[in-house]
Amino acid sequence: MTIKYNNVYINDVATVTGPYEKKGPLQGYFDKGYDDFYFGTKTWEQAEGKLIEDAIDILLSKIGKTRFDINLHISGDLLNQTVASNYASASLGIPYLGIYNACATSVEGIIIGANMVDKGQVQNCICSVSSHNNAAEKQFRYPVEYGGPKPKTTTFTTTGGAACFITSNSKGIKIESSTIGTVCDMGIKDAYHMGAVMAPAAAETIYKHLTETKREPGYYDLILTGDLGVYGKKILKEYMKVEYNINLKNYDDTATMIYDLDMQPVYAGGSGPACAPLVTYGYIFSKMQKKEIKRVLLVATGALMSTTMVNQKLSIPAVAHAISLEVIE
Amino acid sequence: MEKNKYKQIVKKYTPKENRLFNGIIAFLVGGLMGVIGQLLLEMYAYFLDIPTTEAGTFMIITLIAIGALFTCFGFFDKMVNFCKAGLLIPITGFAHAMMSAALEYKREGLVTGIGANMFKLAGTVIIFGVASAYVFGLIRLIIFGG
Repeated sequence: MTIKYNNVYINDVATVTGPYEKKGPLQGYFDKGYDDFYFGTKTWEQAEGKLIEDAIDILLSKIGKTRFDINLHISGDLLNQTVASNYASASLGIPYLGIYNACATSVEGIIIGANMVDKGQVQNCICSVSSHNNAAEKQFRYPVEYGGPKPKTTTFTTTGGAACFITSNSKGIKIESSTIGTVCDMGIKDAYHMGAVMAPAAAETIYKHLTETKREPGYYDLILTGDLGVYGKKILKEYMKVEYNINLKNYDDTATMIYDLDMQPVYAGGSGPACAPLVTYGYIFSKMQKKEIKRVLLVATGALMSTTMVNQKLSIPAVAHAISLEVIE
Repeated sequence: MEKNKYKQIVKKYTPKENRLFNGIIAFLVGGLMGVIGQLLLEMYAYFLDIPTTEAGTFMIITLIAIGALFTCFGFFDKMVNFCKAGLLIPITGFAHAMMSAALEYKREGLVTGIGANMFKLAGTVIIFGVASAYVFGLIRLIIFGG
């Protein structure tokens, strides 16, 4: 389902990262970076909440507003019961919608916010997401200090928080349209190969967006998927060619951009709800503001994985949502 | 797309793990662990003047202590990650599994955190270790008469 917007803009953004992202190739593009995994808190879960708090603090000071000026806060993360978002929101006092679509949460939030701003239901809203490597490892995999071998297709959960401010004032980046994806399950059960789980969902959403808007892939200067990783990226390209006869050229994946894949121990690249927004808000937006690229289709991909369901031998469903971003002319 | 057809695409772009290399590393490190264990055993037996069965217990305790300590220092996970089964199959792997889980959950309290989660990984080893000991013990009793 594709929705067109008349007047919705991302006015400003804020990004906070952990140590690995801070040392990665995009290091100059983030607002704040930490050197450890605790950020002055006692646990990783609390630290993840701090990422959202920090991102919103930075965002509010950038736009020159206080929390009382904000109509709505939409937030999500990877942790059970989205605790990072809940606890960060407890100290904010802004009307709050907690959402979950795994690593597609960032774009899901922007779609909800953009719709409400477009209809005039709210004047403005903040959409935020976070993920924390250690907190995610603890919840979904093994203890962090456990060195069990991992396959090459494993992705490395990004530590970071990102927030954006959406209004109908013509400033920043325009949200032109959005496509809400359907849940796609191609029978992949490998929890260490998320790229393969999510690639069909991304392909379907890209195809639906292009057909519903009657556009060619070349319409966009860049089509950007969330966190498919090195191998998922190849799978997506092949899938698009075989299934839809579309040759993706102007295409990249944020998972392969945020880290130095040769030097950092990240296997197939980054993942997590913060991966796509960190790269997009930091790096891509600065390129768009310089008008090096003008139209971007951001497709955030989420593997809706639960360790319980994987242990019950079920395959992993995935979803992808897209937003079309444009430079204001 | 058919699920089977998709699985073929996935297979095409999924990298092969270096099984031979991993196997050789695990073989060498595992063998080295055996040598270290044997040396420790001989040393305890010689210097403490105790029978080898008792020295064996001392040796196991030493390796568990080293595995646990190195895990706490934070570099053992990188060693295990490289050596794989070479360090996971010996008793060091057991110590590593227990210690890493204990570290992970220490903030959630002594009982609800460490107590409840310390055997999260190692518990499986104990359950199936004991169960298979019974099975193989029984087989030995039936075939060889004890």
